[in-house]
Amino acid sequence: MMDVGRHPRINLYTYSEIEDVSGYIGNFHVKLRKKARYVNEDECNACGECELVCPVVGPDSFQQGFSSHKAIYMPFPQAVPSVYILDDELCLGHNPIACGKCADVCEKNCIDFDMEDEIIELDVGAVVVATGMDVYDPTEMDEYGYTRFENVITSMEFERLISAGGPTEGHFVRPSDQKTPKRIAFIQCVGSRSNSEVGNPYCSNICCMNTVKDSLLLKDHYSDIEITVFYMDIRAFGKGFEDLFIRSKQAGVNYIRGLPGEFFEDPQTKNLTLIAEDTNTGEIKSHEFDTVVLSVGVIPRQDSDTVRQLFTLSRTEDGFFMESHPKLKPVDAPTGGVFFAGCVEYPKDVKDSVTQASAAAARAQVLLNAGDINIEAITSVCLTDDCTSCGICVKVCPFNAIRGGDAKAKTPAEVIEAMCKGCGTCAAECNFDALTMKHFEDAQYTAQIDAMLEGDHMANTVVFACNWCSYAGADLAGLSRLQYPASQRIMRTMCSGRVDSEFILHAFEKGAPIVLVSGCHFADCHYIDANRWTVKRIEKLWDKLEKLGIRPERLQLEWISAAEGRKWANTMRDLEDMRKQVTKEEVEHTMQVLKEEREKAEAKAAKKAAKKLEAKNIPVTAEA
Amino acid sequence: MNDDGLRVGVFVCECGKNIAGSLDCQKVSDYAATLPDVACSVVNKYTCAEPGQQEIKRYIKEQNLNRVVVASCTPRMHEPTFRNCVSEAGLNPYLMEMANIREHVSWAHINDWDAATQKAMDSVRIAVARAKLLRPQTEASIPVTKEVLVIGGGVSGIQSALDLADAGYQVNLVEKEASIGGIMAALDKTYPTMDCSI
Repeated sequence: MMDVGRHPRINLYTYSEIEDVSGYIGNFHVKLRKKARYVNEDECNACGECELVCPVVGPDSFQQGFSSHKAIYMPFPQAVPSVYILDDELCLGHNPIACGKCADVCEKNCIDFDMEDEIIELDVGAVVVATGMDVYDPTEMDEYGYTRFENVITSMEFERLISAGGPTEGHFVRPSDQKTPKRIAFIQCVGSRSNSEVGNPYCSNICCMNTVKDSLLLKDHYSDIEITVFYMDIRAFGKGFEDLFIRSKQAGVNYIRGLPGEFFEDPQTKNLTLIAEDTNTGEIKSHEFDTVVLSVGVIPRQDSDTVRQLFTLSRTEDGFFMESHPKLKPVDAPTGGVFFAGCVEYPKDVKDSVTQASAAAARAQVLLNAGDINIEAITSVCLTDDCTSCGICVKVCPFNAIRGGDAKAKTPAEVIEAMCKGCGTCAAECNFDALTMKHFEDAQYTAQIDAMLEGDHMANTVVFACNWCSYAGADLAGLSRLQYPASQRIMRTMCSGRVDSEFILHAFEKGAPIVLVSGCHFADCHYIDANRWTVKRIEKLWDKLEKLGIRPERLQLEWISAAEGRKWANTMRDLEDMRKQVTKEEVEHTMQVLKEEREKAEAKAAKKAAKKLEAKNIPVTAEA
Repeated sequence: MNDDGLRVGVFVCECGKNIAGSLDCQKVSDYAATLPDVACSVVNKYTCAEPGQQEIKRYIKEQNLNRVVVASCTPRMHEPTFRNCVSEAGLNPYLMEMANIREHVSWAHINDWDAATQKAMDSVRIAVARAKLLRPQTEASIPVTKEVLVIGGGVSGIQSALDLADAGYQVNLVEKEASIGGIMAALDKTYPTMDCSI
């Protein structure tokens, strides 16, 4: 920690949060808010005079609320930076100025009640996301009586009570009478490996070994203390872990395989009685303890959604951030230039966190060392001859990458290639086919659709899947060996925003029984909000189909994230049911109606083109 | 290039038993060979492995291929691999197309041999249709900002920040709380060494 504070190449922004992110791999622009701490960081020398005179106290969250701190305080003794902070909600002098004692005694005049938040802008090439985890709150597990019974504490609270830097200076006492307990129980898997509605189904990875460690700490401090651990399985799988577990057993810690049911508190002694079955012997026994420690699990960080959305990241079913590949790219985020370190990806102990953090740093260096990187050639191009300067592309582009398109000034659209991310929404929305996407051209899609519907066109549904979410969701379904009927043919688009109405109508005209457009959930779109245009387009098409006497249900829209392999498989099953409902006559009718519709439109367009040529006094020949 | 000059090569990957265990790769390859403009079609045990890639390169040269279709795993996995491979043989990387017959076919329809084979054949036909219309592309090259952002100052963020700073990069470490340290700083001792956490 100290090394970070001293390192010449580390700018440390504490009490700060990310507010906005733009740009892309190699070139991110980040805005962060450095919140006012009301103490000048450069000047404060942590003399502590301010704290002595401050008249207000509040609960100390670092000490899990077991002790208090003043309104102006040091977060904890080893804090980096070693600077005081003023809690503006506790402080009396803040507004209106009623106190100001701290400012009076501060010789260096560090305290500034008028300090404001600061917005800092940074340009970076790579980002390491290490937002960490939260600890499970066992209050909802009513049977364990946490918060109802004074002497039921969590393993996080235990850490502070056994710590020399804690509220009791390392003298472990129980909350009800501040006496050192003689009999103490640890309950494992609190909030983890749960198959009920409370808690989480996954293993939190660290709690078994944490309890083994805690039991040894207690035995070190109080050799005659009786310790019982109630567990499902002890997972001591890492290097040196089994040794530590054996040491704990040799030290006399009693391990009982079986979790207790309800706890009962003796109102006089505040002792706890619990009944548990030892599943190794089948014996059901009642046990009395002075203190019970709930070995609580790890949960995804509850306030990490801002970071998730700003970098368009996804969560796996357990709520932790999803990596690029579970085995081969475990520290790469699916978003280029973003890497994961620590518990943001899954619960980890210190060793694994440090290992992954070094891996993330190394992966980031691969990018930073590269100097220049190539950007995929999938940008949009405007064919100016066909552009009517209507400006729809300018309006729909999520990245403001198109300028011009001004009907009054008659300036055709112009794509700024460096800003275009290749979602293709402009190409889909352009009514004049004046915009096209490199490598994802209209003709390439229609050729795929034709190939899909060759032969028995009734046999399969036509599926558009966006690269980042739905296509990846289909990959995950395969990877997880989720089985579904084989009656769909899939086309990849970079974004669902690329799916032109014409592709869908073309598919129906060629005899598709069902068409599915699938993409990212709204907040997850990799092109900010391009998929909102997808919805508008599909809604318009539903109206159009209905007017033409075609069942709108034959066009489906579904949001499937990269983590939703199960949803993909279920959707494919649903589509198969729908496909079976579609009759041959219905499809033939659709094909006929859409053919006539297209021919009418083409005749109209030809007439318009001829008129245009006539106006320019160009003779209309039979060939033209 | 006019359409008459199209020469597509199709490479069907068995991926050991990952694909070949659930569908008939030879049948897919034989079918691909019958498609218009397909100059050759072969089955590989592992197309992504060195011998598989060598074979693609050899066929590009010997058969004068100007389009390549690799029917294997998801392009989200090996598109860069095969783009590199064809470009080493002198073909523009954007003239390579993939048909995903593993994640989307063999693994999703394990016990449906005929339907999986049919879906794989269709996937190859669809990929060939697209491949024929692909055009060479040139990638733009952009510079990388040699600075890094680390979000979170717990043990992981601290380690990443120190490694990157020691490697010579300017690091910006952002922490929501008033001090770095995170949850680790609140722990008394940590296993397995039973030493101080800070």
